[in-house]
Amino acid sequence: MADMTTNTAADPRGPKPKRTFSRANIFLYGTLIVVSMYYLLPLYVMIVTSLKGMPEIRMGNVFGPPVEVTFEPWVKAWSEACTGINCDGLSRGFGNSVRILIPSIVLSIAIASINGYALSNWKFKGSETFFTILIIGAFIPYQTMLYPIVIMLREIGLMGSIWGLVLVHTVFGMPILTLLFRNYFAAIPEELFKAARVDGAGFWQIYFQIMVPMALPIFVVAIILQVTGIWNDFLFGVIYTKPATYPMTVQLNNIVNSVQGVKEYNVNMAATLLTGLVPLVIYFASGKLFVRGIAAGAVKG
Amino acid sequence: MANSVEIKNLDLNFGAFKVLKQLNLDIAEGEFLVLLGSSGCGKSTLLNCIAGLLDVSDGQIFIKGENVTWVEPSERGIGMVFQSYALYPQMTVRGNLSFGLKNAKVPKAEIAKRVDQAAKVLQIEALLDRKPGALSGGQRQRVAIGRALVRDVDVFLFDEPLSNLDAKLRTDLRVELKRLHQQLKNTMIYVTHDQVEAMTLADRISIMKNGVIEQLDTPEVIYAKPCNKYVADFIGSPAMNLFTGQLEGTTFTAEGFSIDVGGYEFATETHSDTTAWLGIRPEHILTGDAAHTATYTGTAEIDIVEPMGSDTLVWVNFAGQSVRVRTDGQSGLKSGDALTIGFDAARLHLFDMTTEIRL
Repeated sequence: MADMTTNTAADPRGPKPKRTFSRANIFLYGTLIVVSMYYLLPLYVMIVTSLKGMPEIRMGNVFGPPVEVTFEPWVKAWSEACTGINCDGLSRGFGNSVRILIPSIVLSIAIASINGYALSNWKFKGSETFFTILIIGAFIPYQTMLYPIVIMLREIGLMGSIWGLVLVHTVFGMPILTLLFRNYFAAIPEELFKAARVDGAGFWQIYFQIMVPMALPIFVVAIILQVTGIWNDFLFGVIYTKPATYPMTVQLNNIVNSVQGVKEYNVNMAATLLTGLVPLVIYFASGKLFVRGIAAGAVKG
Repeated sequence: MANSVEIKNLDLNFGAFKVLKQLNLDIAEGEFLVLLGSSGCGKSTLLNCIAGLLDVSDGQIFIKGENVTWVEPSERGIGMVFQSYALYPQMTVRGNLSFGLKNAKVPKAEIAKRVDQAAKVLQIEALLDRKPGALSGGQRQRVAIGRALVRDVDVFLFDEPLSNLDAKLRTDLRVELKRLHQQLKNTMIYVTHDQVEAMTLADRISIMKNGVIEQLDTPEVIYAKPCNKYVADFIGSPAMNLFTGQLEGTTFTAEGFSIDVGGYEFATETHSDTTAWLGIRPEHILTGDAAHTATYTGTAEIDIVEPMGSDTLVWVNFAGQSVRVRTDGQSGLKSGDALTIGFDAARLHLFDMTTEIRL
């Protein structure tokens, strides 16, 4: 009698054996490695350059690790680099960006979530039309609205101030965020909403006690979208603020693109890394939720 | 007995589509009324109208003699149980039960008392501090019933509450619901598409089709004397056998057989000769010795045998069509055998061919 416990080619039994170095695997992992190199190499160059002194950079070995590690460029980028007449580095821009970011996020998400909730649960006559108009807003190129907004901000006296930029970010975040929240709330079973109405809860009670606690994932997604979007914004920042209220991105541009004096590559690299740190931290911290944010933001042009 | 819920000339349109048409319904105090119909017949829509979750297009709704047509759901004195339970997922069972009371600003001590009372009735005391996610389907539905119970309402509305449960649990909860009704004696309106639930629970069944009530009566009458062909076909599982034929005097002649219907209780004193449907339920077709003494006796060839333990469903070829016969569970019949079948005139149903109304 044949030995039943051994796996022979003639008598397959149990899990099918898999080859580690199959052609498909080599191709798959090879592609992945090449693509990651392509994205990681510039980051590597930036990090090593920011840790070198200027003499070492002049020697021209771009890919070599720093012989003598120095944090001097980082300190300089943060607190000493000059933009125009101000020589207090990126710290000023960082402060401005934070002061723009937080109210923008709170306002835009608060309003958009209520919009989305009302549009999915409290349908009124013309609510679909209203929603369509709002969504069309997402497809109008920003450039066409730049100058009209300048005039509007000037008329209400917010031109050049942080609150002017907050207002702009809140308004421009509205279409995509409302869409995000409306779709999320529309997926919550309608019976839950009905049950709450039978239980005597009104508009705000249902929003705060039933909907918001159920919508935490989508709030996180919205925060990720807004943090990265607003932090990385350059166009609105450069147009609607003045040097004293420039956000970090605009200040970074002014440091890196300054035409006077020597090009301090190490300081520029450090400044760029510092500016990119906030979105980077968000990417790493949020993990899977960020992917959902990307998927949700895929409709954003 | 006073009417608990009265619906007068109710119309509901979704755009041009008329869901409910001039519907009238009176529900007595303490009655268990089941709204039964296939999907899309408007039964759930009617329930939502009674609850106040849908605005009616025309007509009036009275609860306890008070016109509540424009009143908010929470102020109508109703509690509602949904098919998907609709429990608030982030609240504990206690939170779910007390949410409505908190909204109504009931004092805390009173809330605690009522929640404990409801939990006792439904035997969910041990679950009070759990979240709905940690409960089984049956427990969730009990909590959902509890949510209606604590509000101390006059009328309970059930929207297919057992449809999401598995077969065994559904049977258990059905009995519990009946017990609960006997204990509380509230008016209950119950929507379902399951005729077993309807037959077992209801004091009266309202069979709906296309936004109109076809028949409103006790389960016994609906089963024994369906008012038209639709109701006859809808109630009963397996469904009634129907033959087309000619009614002349007291003789019904179909293709392949003819039967004297003198023993049939006609709905009206007189009737004219007409083409008609003859219906007989599978369980009323006599077989074996009993068939020989029936009003009509014939033989049929067995096509398919479906043994179900308690009884056996036999498909036979008779009068040019497939006829369902329900027989004893241990009949030992085989496909291809000849079966003697008998129809009793008293257990027949006759419907007019064109109007489909019971003759």
